[in-house]
Amino acid sequence: MDDLRELYQEVILEHNKKPRNFRVLEDANREADGHNPLCGDELTVYARVSASGLNEDGNEIVEEVSFQGSGCAISKASASLMTDFVKGKSLPEVRNDFERFHQLVTSPPSQPAETEGLRKLAVFSGVREYPMRVKCATLAWHALCAALDAEGETAKTE
Amino acid sequence: MTFDVETVRKDFPILSTKMRGRDLVYLDSAASSQKPEAVISAISDFYSAHYANIHRGVYQLSAEATQRYEDVRSLVARFIGAPDPREIIFVRNATEAINLVARTWGEQQIGNGDEIVLTTMEHHANIVPWQMLAERQGASIRVAAVTDDGVLDLEHLKRLLGPRTKLLAVTAVSNALGTINPINTLTSLARDRGITTLVDGAQAAPHQSVDVKALGCDFYVLSGHKVFGPSGAGVLYGRLPLLESMPPFLGGGDMIESVSFEGTTFAPVPQKFEAGTPDIASVIGFGAAIEYLEAIGMDQISAYEQTLLTYATERLLKIPGLRIIGTAKEKAAVISFVLEDAHPHDIGTILDGEGIAIRAGHHCAQPLMKRMGVPATARASFSFYNTRDDVDSLVEALRKTQEIFA
Repeated sequence: MDDLRELYQEVILEHNKKPRNFRVLEDANREADGHNPLCGDELTVYARVSASGLNEDGNEIVEEVSFQGSGCAISKASASLMTDFVKGKSLPEVRNDFERFHQLVTSPPSQPAETEGLRKLAVFSGVREYPMRVKCATLAWHALCAALDAEGETAKTE
Repeated sequence: MTFDVETVRKDFPILSTKMRGRDLVYLDSAASSQKPEAVISAISDFYSAHYANIHRGVYQLSAEATQRYEDVRSLVARFIGAPDPREIIFVRNATEAINLVARTWGEQQIGNGDEIVLTTMEHHANIVPWQMLAERQGASIRVAAVTDDGVLDLEHLKRLLGPRTKLLAVTAVSNALGTINPINTLTSLARDRGITTLVDGAQAAPHQSVDVKALGCDFYVLSGHKVFGPSGAGVLYGRLPLLESMPPFLGGGDMIESVSFEGTTFAPVPQKFEAGTPDIASVIGFGAAIEYLEAIGMDQISAYEQTLLTYATERLLKIPGLRIIGTAKEKAAVISFVLEDAHPHDIGTILDGEGIAIRAGHHCAQPLMKRMGVPATARASFSFYNTRDDVDSLVEALRKTQEIFA
């Protein structure tokens, strides 16, 4: 039961119940579907990218981001926390965030979890004990990156 | 002999193992069943004392291995009521059996404009091979509807059977919902119209006695690993005249009569469909599983499982917010359900934490999930080695799940 409490932390349960940015983004200029064929989770990530120009480094910015769909608590909470986390960041920053998040949830549970800079996303370190659930935790991130790469792609976790 | 679950449980070594520090509660037999000691030791004994390739050696060891392998063919024939052991083809699993029929009989018999009738409750294994065949041959697929209870809509199915229908392929028991289909009615409808029938028995064979002759089907498929045998041995039953008229499936050794570069002649059935060295030890293990089941009696197994199903259904229905998906009157011991506040995948993980193994997802039956209006379900599937205590553990863990997600 301890592993379970570690997995289903209050933050995750709360975001599952009341997901943030859970809506269609009317003025989105990027969107992509995420689909986990194993469990049937399906979500769509919407983003408005640099509608008002680039940042000082010349990079595009995620100005607004939202999602919709159905899925398990892990995938829904991950999507919810992700949207809060990446808002206002540049595209290279977001890709870097995903890389670190991916490392967090796939690193061996025997090692200390690398959570620096991941703030609230650190609550997903419990996923490491449940390799079957990694795809749930990363589904929204795959979809977001597909949306940022090219419009209208479907991201699959397998 | 009266059925005693505590006695049979001792036959399954895995049931006394611990999972996440707790007694294993295995409720995923519809995905694959556990194996009795008789099967495990038959495989070990075969490799230790009797193993050689079959149908080849001139030496005694090979002759004996061949005899044991062929004895299982006769055993399977008796177990499913096939009149002739030559009607039993060994394959890896039900999926391979269906693909074999699609690739051979299908390509020979189904042409442009022909129709294949399936049902909404088929497993992907009884959908995709036919879609692939229809694509190759220019045929079309028609799909019989399922009611809100998860019951096959017979009237709709009847309307689909037309002059161009060449095949009715239907499952005997729904893997996702447990619904038992009226196979006799279906085969007689098909026979009256000259339509060939394939019955997917993967979920029926573990729960009830099978008599292909009485069922009146042309083909029947099953997976040994769901019938307490090892993975790697499955069965295609086909009526002898059909099998004899079909072209071979895979080419290679053991399926030929003679080979030359001018031309090759094929061996008679069943060898014609068994190219290459088969999974010999798994077939031997499957034989041991059948002997084990026959000693208990499939009727006893069915009767016990039905009492367990009734008990589990009653207990689960008392959980507020739990909805059973698939409420047919005739069901095998399978219960699909959803909880109001918890996604099936989360239910699966939390139950796992309690040492309880269930399946969560679409159960390789996406069209059926769509029809029932759910993206996924949690599925507890029971076998004769499960107990009321297992059901109680399930109920308790579901209550915990609800507490977490409350």
